[in-house]
Amino acid sequence: MEAVVFFFAALLAVAGAAGVVLQRNPFYSVLSLVVHLIALAVLFLLLRAEFLAAAQVIVYAGAVMVLYVFVVAYVGGLEDALTERNATLRVLAPLFAVALLVELCVAIIGSGLKALDTHGPDLAAGFGSPSAIGEMFLTKFLVAFEVVSVLLLIAAVGAVVLARREEST
Amino acid sequence: MDIVWYLVLSAFIFCIGAAGVLTRRSPLVVLICLELMLNAGNLALAAFARMTGTHDGQVFALIVMIVAAAEVVIGLGLIVAMYRSRLPMDVDEMSELRG
Amino acid sequence: MSVATYGWLVIACPLAGSIVIALGWRVWSGRTAGWIGSAAIFLAFLNALGALVQLQDKPAAQRHVTSSLWDYVSTSGVDARLEILVDPLAVFMALIVSGVSFLIHVYSVAYMAGDRGYARYFSYLNFFVFSMLLLVLAGNFFFLIVGWAFVGFASYALISYWYRRQTATAAGMKAFVINVVGDVGLVLAAIILLRDTGHLDFGRVFESAPETYSQNEWTIVAACLLIMVGAFAKSAQIPLHTWLADAMEGPTPVSALIHAATMVTAGVYLIARMHPLFELAPTAADISAAIGAFTLVFAASVALVATDLKRIIAYSTISQIGYMVMGVSIAAYGAGMFHLMTHAFFKALMFMAAGSVIAAMAGNQNIDRMSGLRRAMPFTYVAFLVAALALAAFPGFSGYFSKDEILAFAAERGGGYWILYLAGTAAAVMTAFYAFRMVFRVFWGEPNDEARELERGHLHHAEPVNPVTGEPEDTNVGYPGPEHHIAEREPPMRTAMSILAILAVTAGVLQIPGVTHVVENFLEPSFEDSRFVDTDVSGGIEVLALVVGGLGALAGIGLAWLLYVRNPGTTLRLAARFRGLHDFLAHKWYFDELYDHAIVRPTSALGAWSASVFERYVVGGMVSGAGLVVRAGSQAVRVAQSGVLRYYALLLMSGVTALALYFLVVSR
Repeated sequence: MEAVVFFFAALLAVAGAAGVVLQRNPFYSVLSLVVHLIALAVLFLLLRAEFLAAAQVIVYAGAVMVLYVFVVAYVGGLEDALTERNATLRVLAPLFAVALLVELCVAIIGSGLKALDTHGPDLAAGFGSPSAIGEMFLTKFLVAFEVVSVLLLIAAVGAVVLARREEST
Repeated sequence: MDIVWYLVLSAFIFCIGAAGVLTRRSPLVVLICLELMLNAGNLALAAFARMTGTHDGQVFALIVMIVAAAEVVIGLGLIVAMYRSRLPMDVDEMSELRG
Repeated sequence: MSVATYGWLVIACPLAGSIVIALGWRVWSGRTAGWIGSAAIFLAFLNALGALVQLQDKPAAQRHVTSSLWDYVSTSGVDARLEILVDPLAVFMALIVSGVSFLIHVYSVAYMAGDRGYARYFSYLNFFVFSMLLLVLAGNFFFLIVGWAFVGFASYALISYWYRRQTATAAGMKAFVINVVGDVGLVLAAIILLRDTGHLDFGRVFESAPETYSQNEWTIVAACLLIMVGAFAKSAQIPLHTWLADAMEGPTPVSALIHAATMVTAGVYLIARMHPLFELAPTAADISAAIGAFTLVFAASVALVATDLKRIIAYSTISQIGYMVMGVSIAAYGAGMFHLMTHAFFKALMFMAAGSVIAAMAGNQNIDRMSGLRRAMPFTYVAFLVAALALAAFPGFSGYFSKDEILAFAAERGGGYWILYLAGTAAAVMTAFYAFRMVFRVFWGEPNDEARELERGHLHHAEPVNPVTGEPEDTNVGYPGPEHHIAEREPPMRTAMSILAILAVTAGVLQIPGVTHVVENFLEPSFEDSRFVDTDVSGGIEVLALVVGGLGALAGIGLAWLLYVRNPGTTLRLAARFRGLHDFLAHKWYFDELYDHAIVRPTSALGAWSASVFERYVVGGMVSGAGLVVRAGSQAVRVAQSGVLRYYALLLMSGVTALALYFLVVSR
């Protein structure tokens, strides 16, 4: 059962990712990304990361994607040609992407790490629940938590400044 | 499923995203491809958290998610600003840093 | 309050005064800044008195109080705390410094009035007193060196106080450079002691020195010689004496305070403070005593022929410090410190009177131009006369007892020390002679134009010129102010001079040989570890020194009377007759010329060569060569800076790929 779900979700995720890159219309790219994100949320559930999956769906596939859709709608249909005009990039970009993929696969599969070939340890019932994650945030990762909140604040201020209409003109 | 499957999947998504960043010229799509790469990272983190049986990886993934949200806000803000000042929506056209 | 609290307050008061005056320099109008400065020093003096009283309450063995505010540096091997040491020697010095400083501040309040840098002057002066007290009260080498360097800076700032005077700034630089030579010596000495004993604070260094060093071991001799370099630079002893005469470019009260009464005696204090080390290194102590004796003869002989009033007194100062250095080097600590005290009184008084005379001469300092000021300036005359009698060691005056006690101690040590005695006595005759040469030439004789004008109730006024070069000046900031003040008309100046005059006459009663031993007894706890603490001068030698000293003083005064009053003009004939000797003395034994040829010119020649050849071809070549390399390199790298974002991403990607490949290969 688990394997079926995994392959299904993995296929969906890769298809979504490919869709993002291959769609000419940015609007479709965004929609592909939504599919991809939801597929990832399923994978997170398989990994016993319940809170992460929920956040993925609500924050990412919900809020962030809405932002994208708004901006795409605001900026308009900006279709760009998929055929690459730049010869260097046309050759080198896929080359490097494939090379990196091969290297990563060699590293992962050939690493000989015994732990990678297991399901991982058996976990208690509350693993990955909001309470467990929240406790980590307020104890072990308190500093990171605070820093990130400041970062969000800065980003919010920055976005307001960037998107503000110039009053003088 | 073994952890290794998740990691291979993560590598796949990462490379697709990277290829997208390199080949697409619309800044919007470049941003989306960056999201793909970040998500690949998140998947790997969640997988490692499963492998070690600790929450650390999940917490890290959440923080990456927040950073990604901040990045999206700023990136989209920039795109809107570019649109407003009628700059071409093409990353190749923005080459003022040429040395 | 405890001794230590008083000690800290002694240091803190002048510092606070300096800061307050400096921050409010726009606010303080008229003479306010001067009175603030005086009040700060007076508070310091009161605190020093408090420390004295508290210290005397303790039994003699416990009169060493150390106190530290906080650790300044604390690492392995170095433990420098902000620490003061209050013992009789330090309190003695603090009392002299703050007391004389207070009187000179009061004098300056009137004397410097009208100067455009009034507040700056008093800020510097307070800073000087702070540094001097820091030096005196420092409890370890670290803060001794800090105070030492601060004092050097204060001296530089005050010599160059009239900073638009080329000669003054040059003199300030000369003083600073020579003082830094001394600082370096002192620092090196401290490093040697730290290396060998592992301590920086005086108590533990002196404690462990006898175990660390054997008698006259070369390292301790070297350390003492380096300490002497520091002491001699500050105290203007040969060969580092040349700056003090030029330091007379500063305002006269500065000459009185820094270059007569306090700072220049720091070297004497230093040697007295380091006496446990010097007693371990008798060779260094003997060298020091010999140099002191040589200096005192040299400076007295130069003072015989100098014509600038302040420079005569400056050479007199060098000579008198020679006596003190000689005294503390031959272990006559009580006598040396006693002479330091009486000298501070009468020399400060002499400078104050000289300042009054110079003011009456509208800034002119040449004694050839002065004559017959006695009736026009009765108060100044009396003050100068008292100072001259004390300086000449006229029987009964303070200088008589202090100077002759040093000489008697030298005679008591016997052997080769008799040479020191003879040199000191010969110089004493010269001292009496030049002291009264000043009196007779400045105050006696026919009144000159300025004196007549003053007798009619009008202070002479002249266009401001540089007293050394004669260049015209204005009276704006950076030059002396437009007003001149003489003691006859200024109560603050009169008050300060009166007090010092009384002290100059009577301070001798503290230490009349065979009768009173106030200073020696008071200082004894500081010198109880000395091998010579119980050495008493025998009665016969004591009487001999007193009689010979008194006769010498009378002979010098009589000779001066013969040459300048009875037969005026004799000296000109003598100068013509012995032209070679006169030139030799007038050129200060050609020390400046010697340094010029031996040190200054080779250095500047090297500098000129470096500037024209080395700088141009070697350094310049390296500089432009570096520029060329960078330009060529950046040409190559510029290609990568296409400005196209995706190329950057591609480069990043290739980097990641290469790195991953590298790690894959390495992990195999």
